[in-house]
Amino acid sequence: MIAVVRAGAEAGTAFNPILAMIVVPLVGAAVVALVPRVRAEAARQVATIAAALSGGLSIYLLTEFHRGEAGFQFVQRAAWAEDLGIGWHVGVDGISLFLIVLTGILFPLAILGVRPEHDPKPYYAWMLVLMAGSMGVFVALDLVMFFFFFEIVLVPMYFLIGLWGHGDRVYAATKFFLYTMFGSALMLVGIVATAVLHQRATGGPLTFDLVEIATGQEIGTGAARWIFASFALAFAVKVPLFPLHTWLPDAHTEAPTAGSVILAGVMLKLGTYGFVRFGLYLFPEAAHFFAPVLLTLGVVGILYGAFCATVQKDLKRLVAYSSVAHLGFIVLGTFSLTNQGITGGVLQMVNHGITTPALFLLVGMIYERRHTRQIDELVGIQKVAPIFAGVFTLVMLSSIGLPGLNGFPGEFLALIGAFKGARWWAVVAASGVIFAALYLLWAYQRSFHGTPDEANRSFRELRLGEALVLAPLCVLIVFLGLYPKPMIDRIEPSVQELVRHIGQHDPTVDIEDVPAPGPLAGAEEGGH
Amino acid sequence: MLADVTRVLQALPPSVAPTAPEPEPASIVPEVAWSSLTPVLILFGGAVVGLVIASLLRRALPRSVAALWTVGVAVAALVSVFPLWGRVGNPAEGPASLVSGALAFDRFSLFATALLCVAVVFAALLADGYLRREDLEGPELYALLLLAAVGGAVMVSANDLIVTFIGLEVLSISTYVLTAMHRRRVSSQEAGLKYFVLGAFSSAFLLYGIALVYGATGGTNLLHVQTFLSENLLDDDYLLLAGLAMLLVGFGFKVAAAPLHMWTPDVYQGAPTPVTAFMASAVKTAAFAAMLRVFVVGFASQSEQWRPVVLTLCVLSLVVGSVAAVVQTNVKRMLAYSSISHAGFLLLGIEAASERGTSSVLVYLAAYTVMVAGSFGVVTLVGRTGDGRHGLDDYRGLARAHPGLALAFAVFLLAQAGTPFTVGFIAKLGVITAVAERGDWWIAAVAMLSAVVSAFLYLRIIVAMYFDGADDHGAPVEGEVPVVSVPWGARVAIGLAVVATLGLGVAPGLVSGPASDAVPEPVAVAEPGT
Repeated sequence: MIAVVRAGAEAGTAFNPILAMIVVPLVGAAVVALVPRVRAEAARQVATIAAALSGGLSIYLLTEFHRGEAGFQFVQRAAWAEDLGIGWHVGVDGISLFLIVLTGILFPLAILGVRPEHDPKPYYAWMLVLMAGSMGVFVALDLVMFFFFFEIVLVPMYFLIGLWGHGDRVYAATKFFLYTMFGSALMLVGIVATAVLHQRATGGPLTFDLVEIATGQEIGTGAARWIFASFALAFAVKVPLFPLHTWLPDAHTEAPTAGSVILAGVMLKLGTYGFVRFGLYLFPEAAHFFAPVLLTLGVVGILYGAFCATVQKDLKRLVAYSSVAHLGFIVLGTFSLTNQGITGGVLQMVNHGITTPALFLLVGMIYERRHTRQIDELVGIQKVAPIFAGVFTLVMLSSIGLPGLNGFPGEFLALIGAFKGARWWAVVAASGVIFAALYLLWAYQRSFHGTPDEANRSFRELRLGEALVLAPLCVLIVFLGLYPKPMIDRIEPSVQELVRHIGQHDPTVDIEDVPAPGPLAGAEEGGH
Repeated sequence: MLADVTRVLQALPPSVAPTAPEPEPASIVPEVAWSSLTPVLILFGGAVVGLVIASLLRRALPRSVAALWTVGVAVAALVSVFPLWGRVGNPAEGPASLVSGALAFDRFSLFATALLCVAVVFAALLADGYLRREDLEGPELYALLLLAAVGGAVMVSANDLIVTFIGLEVLSISTYVLTAMHRRRVSSQEAGLKYFVLGAFSSAFLLYGIALVYGATGGTNLLHVQTFLSENLLDDDYLLLAGLAMLLVGFGFKVAAAPLHMWTPDVYQGAPTPVTAFMASAVKTAAFAAMLRVFVVGFASQSEQWRPVVLTLCVLSLVVGSVAAVVQTNVKRMLAYSSISHAGFLLLGIEAASERGTSSVLVYLAAYTVMVAGSFGVVTLVGRTGDGRHGLDDYRGLARAHPGLALAFAVFLLAQAGTPFTVGFIAKLGVITAVAERGDWWIAAVAMLSAVVSAFLYLRIIVAMYFDGADDHGAPVEGEVPVVSVPWGARVAIGLAVVATLGLGVAPGLVSGPASDAVPEPVAVAEPGT
């Protein structure tokens, strides 16, 4: 493992964009804060440039990423607070790579695509701070550093919801903050416990280094289970898993459009990513022990999210509940603890991060035009705005998981993995795919079909600016649906390594069974 | 038990163990290493000289001079700590005792003294504009601040229980007067009286505790107590236990730990706000540092007796401090309750009774000093003339009227909640790690959960400042927008506090490094010539 890290470090010697990816948005935020209040347009431009720059760096990361390598690349280590055991340790592997790129794409789009209703200056500053935090969370390989970023993203999101949200925004923002903080409070104890127990076992200095602790595996089974539970609670709130999900519909509904975009696209992934990166990697045995619980919660989330989405009257709330369902698939795939399942989960993290933000952008556009999101009050939009309806259909079908669009491969792989690892859960979860079609198509039918009434007759068609924001997402939806291979090629080695790691520490997982490429190839065929 | 004793004896430095300090004959004037006392001397001299000059030239004194003098004195004392810090590191001079075993000259006392100086700087900067606004100008407050710092500095370096008591009284009496400083506010007088009566009561407990410890061990010098208790097994330790309990009551009162916290909300609310800032930062620092030295060093061998009691105080403080704060609507009272909850966190570090526990307490005290000085700095300003506008409603729309001030307050509040990239997180991480090393996972969990409850309280203030001031479309809502004037002193203080809160959060090594060196040492009586 150490050799792998070294190789990665060598690969990153040319130019390591990770620090710049985090710092550039922060500098941007500082510049935005210094822009005079009257020149709001300048604030927007600065924000766009900073976000695009950071996003560009993330794409550079993608192009320089060595395909087929399992270990961490672009590794960077430095001392930070040595007497506390915290070090600056960052790196990227196949699991985090696309989430970073996703962050790099979504933020510029969200900043460009949605203008705040008021106070643009602080709005853009908070967006950039949020971007820096989100970037940091996916690259951190030190437990405390991860916690730093995991927790700090709450603050900008709290202000975004509370200041630029709608309706019951204060309630939603406070609930969001406290729920997430409650989850992570116990995780901090878990993190400290991990480090202390590792130190006791090795006798070395206190360290929070993820790789060091995970490869050491010196924590006793009982303690590891407790610690895993504390991590799982934090991640379950963030995912969110039933029954800890209640903050999500509120936060999503009251948040400004850009807030929902980032919340759905990036922040929900913190939980599922945390499960994969920290839960499974650090505590393989405990992950296996708790897998039935989490699988059950995932399946409950799939069904419950779907049922709730079906009965929603508010379009945005409907999309929010659909996230609960989709994230359930990711958890299902992850805790099948199979190669396909986890790969599917990671794929689905990225694809959900493309589709749902697009849906939120579209719902935001509807709200901008009609000042309502109630499905009852929308009718016949398809007649007045056919292009808009077309884009909506595409994105919606992707969310349903139609083969050929990006929603499919991840969900499919997750289900295959689950079928291999946890058969009966997969059987129940598969029905969730049908429900997704039910609630989305039904909502579409009610609001887009029919004859437009007086209020909807003036529904404006998609403008060029709006189309340009949606275009990259739509291109990705189609491209990744037809040809997910480039992604799978980069994700899979890291996942295989992880599954092997789990297998080493858990005799019940059959290592021989792990790198089975067959179903993956099948997924591609299904995609074509 | 005998094996334990031998081990402890072996652990002690060879020069220390065989020569348990004999009380020096009273007729001999002890040798005083004046240079090692520089910070205390500067503070004391600054107070006396300042007071004399100000009373002689009262009319001619230009504005802000008293505040600047105080800041200068405190900074000078702070600067004088640095060469001493290096000297302690030198093995030849090493940690030693001063004034015939009365004071300990080690990095722990230097670190705590430096914190007290910082607290004085903040309080003086805030007091300048405050006194002018409230029409209370005069040098008394500044002199009392410096004298209180002298008391605190004596307390944190006291190597003898009696000296601890003397320091505590100097600090406390100055603070009683400071609390009642606002002549025209009844609540200030009332708070001063309340603090005095209860404080005197708690001092009596402390003193009685010292007497009982003397009875049990035959001395009040901490080194003597420590060696005596590790060498001897007491047949009958009721006297000692009663003494320990009394000491805990005395210290518990000063650090505002539940259930001895009843005075805190009233006194914090009634005191002039810059004084509250000083109380929360300096008095807590001094009391915690002294408590730590007395218990972790002096009664190290008795830790099995006192740790459960400290643990109880700790859990109660965490719960009371966070839960009771939630129902408050007065910002000063909220911060008072939050200071109780912070006391709970600090007690975690003492309860750990380890090196990491000690350094984490120092880091926490440093963090708390800047966070709380900044917080009460903002409260000082928003209180406006009369120092009475402390309701949550008085903060409505502050972000609109004074974005900088509101942002600073938000930073301090989030830091107190333990948000990463602020020094508040580093502080919490330290104490949590310290108790985790002892294996007390559940108490770490309780502490973190109470932090979530506290976060709700901080969020309420942020909501008032940011969210309640505007409707969904950003238009200001009806009602008065707080218009406050920000004098230069407060501006500097709050600015410094923001820089420190964020800076130490990003570069925690700056404070955690020195703190991990600053372990209190059981120091012997200095040998002649050092």
